[in-house]
Amino acid sequence: MQRPVHRRALPALLAVAALVAAACGSSSSPAPVSSAAAPASVAPAASSSVTPAPAATAPASAAAAASGATSATTLKVALVAPSAVNDLAFTQSMVEALNSIKARYNLQVAISDNQFVVSTAANVIRSYASQGYNLVIAHGSQYGSTLQQLAPQFPNVSFAWGTAGSTFNQPNIFAYQANSNEGGYVQGAMAAMLSTSKVLGVIGPIAVGDAKLYVDGFCAGAKSVDPTISCIPVYTGSFSDVSLFATAAKTFVSNKADVLTGTAQAVVGAIGVARADNLPWFGTQWTQVSLAPHNVVSSQIYNWAPILEQIITEIRGGKLGGATYTVTLGNGGETIQFNSGFNLPANVKAKADELIKGITDGLVNVPQ
Amino acid sequence: MSQFFTAAVLTSTVAAGIALATPFLLAALGETLGQRSGVINLGVDGIMLLAAFATYYVALRTDDVLLAILAGMGTGLLMGVVTAAVSVTLKAEQGISGIGVYLFGLGFSDLLFQKLVGTPLPITTPPQVGIPLLDQIPVLGGMFFDQSPLVYLAFLLVPVVAFVLNHTTYGLKIRAAGENPAAADSLGVSVARIRWSTVLLGCTFAGLAGASLLLYDGIFQVNLTQSEGFIAVALVYFGAWRPSGVMAGSLLYGLVGAIILTWKSLGIIPLSGSDLAATAPAVITVLALLFVARRFRQPAALGKPYEREA
Amino acid sequence: MLGWLAIPSALLGALVLGAVMMLALGANPLTGYRALLVGAFGGSYALGSTAFQAAPLLLVGVGICIAFRANVFNIGGEGQIAMGGLAGAATALAFPELPSVVLIPLVLLAGTAGGAIWGAIPGFFKAQYNVNEILSTIMLNLVAVQVMNYLLAGPMVDHSQASVGGLIPETQLLSRNAWLPILVPGTQLHLGVLIAVLVAIAAYLLLWRTTFGFRLRAVGLSRDASAYAGMPVKRTIVWAVTLSGAACGLAGSILVFGSISHRMVTDGSLTGFTGSAGFNGIVVALFGGLNPLWTIVSAFLFGGLIVGGSALQVATGVPSDLVTALSGIVVVLVVSLEYLRRRARSQSTALAAFGGANPPTLRRGEPPPAAAVGGDGA
Repeated sequence: MQRPVHRRALPALLAVAALVAAACGSSSSPAPVSSAAAPASVAPAASSSVTPAPAATAPASAAAAASGATSATTLKVALVAPSAVNDLAFTQSMVEALNSIKARYNLQVAISDNQFVVSTAANVIRSYASQGYNLVIAHGSQYGSTLQQLAPQFPNVSFAWGTAGSTFNQPNIFAYQANSNEGGYVQGAMAAMLSTSKVLGVIGPIAVGDAKLYVDGFCAGAKSVDPTISCIPVYTGSFSDVSLFATAAKTFVSNKADVLTGTAQAVVGAIGVARADNLPWFGTQWTQVSLAPHNVVSSQIYNWAPILEQIITEIRGGKLGGATYTVTLGNGGETIQFNSGFNLPANVKAKADELIKGITDGLVNVPQ
Repeated sequence: MSQFFTAAVLTSTVAAGIALATPFLLAALGETLGQRSGVINLGVDGIMLLAAFATYYVALRTDDVLLAILAGMGTGLLMGVVTAAVSVTLKAEQGISGIGVYLFGLGFSDLLFQKLVGTPLPITTPPQVGIPLLDQIPVLGGMFFDQSPLVYLAFLLVPVVAFVLNHTTYGLKIRAAGENPAAADSLGVSVARIRWSTVLLGCTFAGLAGASLLLYDGIFQVNLTQSEGFIAVALVYFGAWRPSGVMAGSLLYGLVGAIILTWKSLGIIPLSGSDLAATAPAVITVLALLFVARRFRQPAALGKPYEREA
Repeated sequence: MLGWLAIPSALLGALVLGAVMMLALGANPLTGYRALLVGAFGGSYALGSTAFQAAPLLLVGVGICIAFRANVFNIGGEGQIAMGGLAGAATALAFPELPSVVLIPLVLLAGTAGGAIWGAIPGFFKAQYNVNEILSTIMLNLVAVQVMNYLLAGPMVDHSQASVGGLIPETQLLSRNAWLPILVPGTQLHLGVLIAVLVAIAAYLLLWRTTFGFRLRAVGLSRDASAYAGMPVKRTIVWAVTLSGAACGLAGSILVFGSISHRMVTDGSLTGFTGSAGFNGIVVALFGGLNPLWTIVSAFLFGGLIVGGSALQVATGVPSDLVTALSGIVVVLVVSLEYLRRRARSQSTALAAFGGANPPTLRRGEPPPAAAVGGDGA
């Protein structure tokens, strides 16, 4: 259920954004991230209705302003995140994205991590806004309701939050989300092909948000390969109880599961089980290869850099919010990173590539 | 439900429950020693966290599991010195000082982790060790005799602690210090010395509990224990200050947790009931106590610092 | 004299240790402490934020004072706060149309009731079945978190918050009529802060100006003696935990309706909602000498520590874990110095009484001598 946010907003502005992104991609350093920011890549949720035509007719001055966008005056960006900067998951995906673009876009970045207490995080978000930061990224769906109240008080500050789909119809809030079910689907299909017992172990925290989306996509992908496969997720009830995740993984293994996946910061416990029992593991949000170099088959990586580039370009162009961005396999914001340390059979890799292409081209429909 | 009652599933569930119960059991046995001598230690969770980090750090740097476990125990012992100095010598309010130790452990362990390690890396966990012959017994062998060495150690400590408490002079002194320190004192027992020794032992056990948790998880994370230390203290009350009772409580808590996870993985518990099912270990532990609680009485001098009459 | 010095010197000791840690972490302690101070107390907004953080700490601290005076150790504050928040939020969801003058008191009362019930359960178990309250309050915390997750992701969830990831586990924006009004415009100082202070004063009067308070403290000092004197010991204990839970529940309600977001949100953990106020409130109560009036001061100090801790993290890069560790050290130092203080006083009293023992008395504002926790009594 993607919500086209600010529908009236704008073919025109989107077109400018696209142009701007294109300008960045071509005029600045050819780092891999920027190439991903090409117009067709990450675009606001409503972008599917936008044709390239208006972009072509956009005034040249926009492009000129855009090329200046990367080197303009320093933009102060603050990130408030729920877990550690090096959590190998959700928070790290955003930190790495910021780091990858900050030099090129002349950003001054401040990070407050481990802000798991929502009311304290609200204060931190507010204090960044009041200290003259241009963009405050509240990286967690639990922070959105705070932004809804704070944004009107700081009309000159731009806010971004995710993963979520709503800007609360406010002109200075961006929202971003990830179609994690798409990567889940691809990895689920691979898992079904790798499994000989036809039992998959899937572990999540509580059945909400990004975690549920990934898990549901994973099981749908598995069933697309083998409708009879057992793919029953265990939601432990905690995001952070490592022992519970480890035990859930062991439970699956002793119930014959021979491929594992999971999401939440406590998956480190489950990955340990995959490593100890030498079973394939599928990661999500960020690469988890360092935790099990020979067992991680692939990881669904969130690459927020293209989205950040667009948001920053929007801000430099004077637009502080009102758009929702979605990273997908199709727009390059989500990638399936295969681990060379795992010996993946060629037919499984081929199937994965086929599905990625199919999803990208809109030929494979991933249920939500 | 029928798929649950197969030998393989039952075996693995019980084995998982025992493994889950082990850190609780170790910490609770240590707490039992302290409480029988009259000292409540609510800082167990903080001590477990510090010990878990020490174990993790040493294992990461040296790859020597034994050394890592010793580091965990050593950390427990060190925190025992602090706890005993505060609770016994300085006669501090025990419940509150324990909260202080907990907060210190919670903050300091993560501070160390972030500064000394940063990006989490896994350690090599010790493999499960089957006990020859016993592990060949059908069903039971898989349940009980194919575990990590620390699991055997924890359960072996149950009769050892029970024996020490009930059949040795030292145990008699411990109980005397906990029941009637004035009388013990008049018989020439140094209450302070006894309590120091039980607190040091208890905290070392807590350190071992932290080490066992860490080796089970194979990695450190902020607040790794998730309040397991507090649960361990609760289980001492559940077990009515008897090692066997504490073991029963730990097993109950661990087994219910393992059964819930197994039922979820088999689809016996529907997704909609997932959250509420996670409350089962706590709810069942409290309910179980309603039937047994009346019969036992706590050590009379529990939590009361002993002040010698001048 | 030592008595007055105990708490400041504990604070000083912790600050010195904190400075050492900051140096070890490669940060400048002066920069760090300056950031902490300015963040917490520099200017009206900072002061408002500190008051905002202090309100729940104060209420939990008051609850701890009450329970502790009766010699009951309530470590179920976390769960009681969550239950209070849920009860308050549910009430606001049910009666969004009521005018503010009705709805605000109603949601606060609902929160109080929610916490009171969650506190009464261990009280009842203790009185009726002799289940130790440390055990039951710990276990009830574990239950509360799952109940919270269940309700906020299910029956109480905001259905309008659609994203590709589905619903976010939070309530909808709660009725504006239930929002706690801001007392000083441009700050976060809301009505809840005032209420918390009033509750602290009320608790003080209850403990030291009423028969009930006397009975409660008498039971705390000696259950046997109180029973011998004909006091209803069990009932008093149940009341003590219930009142303690009620104060925590009110804190939960204030957390919801005084929050910036005006929703109840869960990140899946109790701490995410409470900010560990259930534990920190114990520290606050201790720091206030288990006297509700001094607890007011102490709550504002610790509220400042929380607000300043974030500023310290931003300024020096030292994780705010440092503040958690430091507050732990403060606690340990305070309780340790407390003994020296008691001894100094008992020596002077003993001198005055020609060597007589210092009998336990029910003096106003003094912590019970050598209060024991978890005592089951007879």
